[in-house]
Amino acid sequence: MGSTAVQKIFDAHTRDKLEGGVRVLSLDAVFCHEITTPIGVNDLAARGLDRVFDPSRIKAVIDHVTPAKDSLTAEQGKTLRDWSRRQGIKDFFDIGRNGVCHAIFPEKGFVRPGYTIIMGDSHTCTHGAFGAFAAGVGTTDLEVGILKGVCAFREAGTIRVQVEGRLRPGVYAKDLILAVIAKLGVDGATDRVLEFGGPVVDALSMEGRMTICNMAVEAGATSGMCAPDMSTVEYLWPFVKDEFKSKEAALAEYSRWKSDPDAAYEKTLSIDASGLEPVATFGYKPDQVKPIRELAGTKVDQVYIGSCTNGRIEDLREAAAVLKGKKIADSLRGIVSPATPAIYEQALKEGIIQIFMEAGFCVTNPTCGACLGMSNGVLASGEVCASTTNRNFNGRMGKGGVVHLMSPASAAAAALAGSIAQSPLYKG
Amino acid sequence: MKTFGGKVLFLDRDDINTDEIIPAKYLTVSSKKALGPHLLEDLKLEGFESSRDIAGAAAVVARANFGCGSSREHAPWALEANGINLVVASGFARIFRQNMFNGGLIAAQLPKEKIDELFSRFAAAGASVALDWARRELVFTGNKGSGELRAGLELGAFDRELVESGGWVDYANAKY
Repeated sequence: MGSTAVQKIFDAHTRDKLEGGVRVLSLDAVFCHEITTPIGVNDLAARGLDRVFDPSRIKAVIDHVTPAKDSLTAEQGKTLRDWSRRQGIKDFFDIGRNGVCHAIFPEKGFVRPGYTIIMGDSHTCTHGAFGAFAAGVGTTDLEVGILKGVCAFREAGTIRVQVEGRLRPGVYAKDLILAVIAKLGVDGATDRVLEFGGPVVDALSMEGRMTICNMAVEAGATSGMCAPDMSTVEYLWPFVKDEFKSKEAALAEYSRWKSDPDAAYEKTLSIDASGLEPVATFGYKPDQVKPIRELAGTKVDQVYIGSCTNGRIEDLREAAAVLKGKKIADSLRGIVSPATPAIYEQALKEGIIQIFMEAGFCVTNPTCGACLGMSNGVLASGEVCASTTNRNFNGRMGKGGVVHLMSPASAAAAALAGSIAQSPLYKG
Repeated sequence: MKTFGGKVLFLDRDDINTDEIIPAKYLTVSSKKALGPHLLEDLKLEGFESSRDIAGAAAVVARANFGCGSSREHAPWALEANGINLVVASGFARIFRQNMFNGGLIAAQLPKEKIDELFSRFAAAGASVALDWARRELVFTGNKGSGELRAGLELGAFDRELVESGGWVDYANAKY
């Protein structure tokens, strides 16, 4: 019987084996942001342990509330900034150079197939798109990761999500992952890894793979993962070209982090993508999913395009294709937040920012703020948001607000209509 | 080791997420204590009022997938700030569960049938819970003569050591 990708990664990183299937893993990277890190590093300092295991393996960004909105968030930014300087963390990204953590860290080339990565952020599972084991953790795990470069995990079984067929035009990675979560339920993958594969996943760009891995945690998964392939190598090539003679050599090396053909999956969920249509969530859980056509006409007060799920260049292109030459409804407001400065710049070059502005969108700097109701687009009570983010929890984007999760194309269609509407890019 | 046991707060719902336990707008505070007044402020549960119902509770009993969503350890901190060191449920989200034990708190998973019985026998009149650590047992005692229910606590060695050592930072710093 062969091994799954996560078994291989665990075996290669095991620092200690504890009773009951708990492995203490050595970490290749620890990512930090200003919301969950400051209390941790202050606690380390208070314990007389103000140090880091390896400054080159720690990456830090201010992304949740940026620019700071008040004194408390200014203090959080300052704590992270001062700590990064004090500890010699060179890869620290402050305003002007900062972006949403799960967009900017891959973009900077900090993720590799086979890596173990933690961050004090549940959507860290995004980085599994590169064939890494990447998991969100709390502040205490983060503290220990920073101090010792280790983290404990229970051995994780793997659920294979096999996606056959082909996504129809106007149906995207976001629709796919919402359909998967609807099938699994919000705790259907708890303590497991979701491994996405099959021809549809193979055909997805790295951006699309990040979108699906990003939401693995919404089914309870520890990490989402995709097998490394030539798309992975192409994405990483600017960062690894000096390490390998050729892209083929890089692929050969990274391929050892793929599940074996006879790997023991706990179960396999097969999905025929050809049957998928654009979908959105309703209610307060991300597994409550319906076709857009069944929700059409639901009045929307705000459209938000951005986040670690759908704030990348492909997402902006997709929304712009719907918005081009049109105006958003007078009754609503549109907000777009390109997830990193590089994405923002690329969107400027391609004329996408102009399309958004001419349509009547507010273009904000890269930040997580609106997604979790912290800044840059908080909802009032009773308001409804069509959003490309990842959580429709009660009060998530603002107390009393309602969130419908959907693809950037569907969100753009809602912006034009003033209510949930089928994207014109979907032809049925 | 922290102290466990006392009045039970029954939250009759699946999938209580960490945004409901402590909304993100309070994640800007720099002290764990400051989270206390905002515990469960956004919980969507008919008849529940956080300002009225939390006072005096030392344990929570809930249903499936407690603590799903955001990784924020502010959720266990907000519970602890209110004197709640023990959460009993039929299932937990991984990160929340680990955050509880990492801080020396207990996330006790019981079979669904036990949870059903706890709700049906005790939720209306209320109950208290005591922890018998030596026997790894939770002892629930219902108010108004509704009797007693014992439930075994199945914890791995790592979880037990975290509870006994008070948390993961000290444990890891000594060992790795």
